[in-house]
Amino acid sequence: MSEYFDNIVKIMTRYWDVFLVTGVSYTLLLSVITVFFGAILGIFFCLGRMSKIKPVTWLCIAIVEVVRGTPMLLQLYVGYFLVPKLLPFAVSDFVSIAIALIINSAAYVSEVFRSGIQSVDSGQTEAARSLGLSSSQTMLRIVLPQAVKTILPALGNEFITIVKDTSLASTFFIGELMTSYLKVKGTTYLTMECLFIVGVIYFVLTFILNRLLCAFERRLRAND
Amino acid sequence: MIKTVGLNKWFGDLHVLCGVDEHIKKGEVVSVIGPSGGGKSTFLRCLNMLETPESGHIFFEGTDITEADVDINVHRQKMGMVFQHFNLFPHLSVKENLTLAPVLLKKKTPAEAAEQAAELLNKVGLYDKINEYPRKLSGGQKQRIAIVRALAMEPDVMLFDEPTSALDPEMVGEVLEVIKCLVKAGMTSVIVTHEMGFAREVSDRILFMDGGIIAESGAPAELLTHPQNPRTQEFLSKVLY
Repeated sequence: MSEYFDNIVKIMTRYWDVFLVTGVSYTLLLSVITVFFGAILGIFFCLGRMSKIKPVTWLCIAIVEVVRGTPMLLQLYVGYFLVPKLLPFAVSDFVSIAIALIINSAAYVSEVFRSGIQSVDSGQTEAARSLGLSSSQTMLRIVLPQAVKTILPALGNEFITIVKDTSLASTFFIGELMTSYLKVKGTTYLTMECLFIVGVIYFVLTFILNRLLCAFERRLRAND
Repeated sequence: MIKTVGLNKWFGDLHVLCGVDEHIKKGEVVSVIGPSGGGKSTFLRCLNMLETPESGHIFFEGTDITEADVDINVHRQKMGMVFQHFNLFPHLSVKENLTLAPVLLKKKTPAEAAEQAAELLNKVGLYDKINEYPRKLSGGQKQRIAIVRALAMEPDVMLFDEPTSALDPEMVGEVLEVIKCLVKAGMTSVIVTHEMGFAREVSDRILFMDGGIIAESGAPAELLTHPQNPRTQEFLSKVLY
């Protein structure tokens, strides 16, 4: 047992930067990019789904359902091989994987937006429309400002989920935490020790994010 | 001012409005009474197209607002509506609730709208609440503010959808008082209500709705004391006022 911990200390002394600098920064970078662009794309999926133009609605429902009904790893494979073929210019693996993650996240986030919008009492829309506001004015001025309170915490949870899910990107050696594990394990052959280190880092990351999110939710509720 | 011709509305298989013909004249105060599910609220909500009737026409100030090419938003600005559950905007202050629509729809500059909001709040005795948020207000206060929010658009007609049904009994009076002042000042109003005494006092005419039709219509004293229709008689025998 003590040998096990000695090994962990040795690994960390030698390779701390691989885990804490490269791994963590790639993981966080990939997560932030995914959630940010995923949220933007998610808004479009959501609006598309609520659109009055039927083919647009069907397309958005189809995308969301397919993304939610297939494994993420499979989607990453598709992104990895398909994105470079579809784009006219060369892209790095990182970008291909990020695009796959963004589409995945957008599908989930669009549902978050939709339920947030639907959580606003229909009386609000009626009151706004009865005053003569158009449907887009009602959405922008009345519904969305109230939906944000339900959407933001859920978006925070999505971010935490993404932080963990980016580990799948290690399949393509993108450079995030799980890739750090693969690299260090490959040179030291100390599997359990490396897994332990990476596990602790993931846990600390999500734990901190979770605390921040809780504090943020409390502030949102304080305004109620 | 508002005229409906052959108004029909279904909710799924349920035929809620069965060819309603009605004419509400300028300056008239009309109360709509009747049992739940009789179509009162649906009728009222059709008048400003919050519910879209399946067939029939609604003429508001001469325009058929059921036509697809009519900009309903313009006409709604002239029809104030007050809801059972107030529906104040909780994320906006009282002042913002009152000024949002007039400013956004370019009827007034922010300064003019603020001035008007202050004036209206004064009238209903709630000027001191101008910077409060709706959550801090009682039901009666909320409803009075909902009424002046509609008035801020300077409508030609006011539609009241059971304005006191969600209120605690001790707050009903203050809201009815505001509506009374309003109709005394000559505002054309359609009021769906369960307050028989109030309907009798303020209305020029009462409509009794049941089964999706206007079963009886007449002057308050006449309709409430000598109802002709058996259904009206039955309904009135069940309500105390």
